[in-house]
Amino acid sequence: MSELIIGGRSFGSRLFVGTGKFQSNALMEAAIKASGTEMVTVAMKRVDMTDRDDDLLRHIVADNIQLLPNTSGVRNAAEAVLAAQLAREAFGTNFIKLEIHPDPKYLFPDPVETLKATEELAKDGFIVLPYIQADPVLCKRLEDVGSAAVMPLGAPIGTNKGLVTRELLSIIIEESNVPVVVDAGLGAPSHAAEAMEMGADAVLVNTAIAVAGDPVAMADAFRLGVIAGRKAYEAGLGGVCRHAQASSPLTSFLDD
Amino acid sequence: MKININHQEHEVADGATLADVLAALGLDGPGFAVAIGNKVVRKADRASTVLTDGTEIVVIKAVCGG
Repeated sequence: MSELIIGGRSFGSRLFVGTGKFQSNALMEAAIKASGTEMVTVAMKRVDMTDRDDDLLRHIVADNIQLLPNTSGVRNAAEAVLAAQLAREAFGTNFIKLEIHPDPKYLFPDPVETLKATEELAKDGFIVLPYIQADPVLCKRLEDVGSAAVMPLGAPIGTNKGLVTRELLSIIIEESNVPVVVDAGLGAPSHAAEAMEMGADAVLVNTAIAVAGDPVAMADAFRLGVIAGRKAYEAGLGGVCRHAQASSPLTSFLDD
Repeated sequence: MKININHQEHEVADGATLADVLAALGLDGPGFAVAIGNKVVRKADRASTVLTDGTEIVVIKAVCGG
């Protein structure tokens, strides 16, 4: 398969994995390994001085893993910029998954604030991967202001609904000059495979792996789904026809 | 003097630096970041950041998330 490059770094896996909702950090660590991912998201929170829990990073940090801190919890561009600067200090990386979703019901990202923050962060040297609606115009605007990739949603976060935004995603993929990472809503390996068959450069999966009956096996299933989808895309899928197209000779060889 | 870390009050010695306080609380390892007044204080600057009474400090760390 062709390599994926974002922010000057090459990724051997096109499956990005989130770390939320796992029953334990040990299970999360095993799922990350099974997924083969090289890009793993983390969130941030204020330290609770009365509850010093397990050190998350020791379960994630490895030579082949790029940490992708997110800005979840911020409500506007100004807060997102501060969050990104904190993430750079805490994790020593310029990679940032920009997510600004003030609406708690659907967690839809705010396009205006996302565009503002992307421009400011890109100027400050960040490798910005913004989480956005599947909006082809917004994707081009983000590209114009220095976004390193775009991360349109397939469906709302955590819904496992799959590629509800399929038609818009196909336009984004067709038009984009930066990598397109389908993020959010992918609930099954077949969803990931479909996104990859459409030409997405990568997918980000969290909930579907974390809440599976066997998260480690599901991580492996997503790994295989992503590989299958990408191989199919690179192989070139056959066209779709309304009428049957015979794949065997139709000569009536038993007739007299 | 009193300072606040993530809205929790702490009594520290007069003239204490940010580096002193973070080290005493075990908040100086990798994976932590600190801001005062909505500005990130980089690791290299913590030892020269002298705290004053009432300073509001935000300390963040990594948690699970997608």
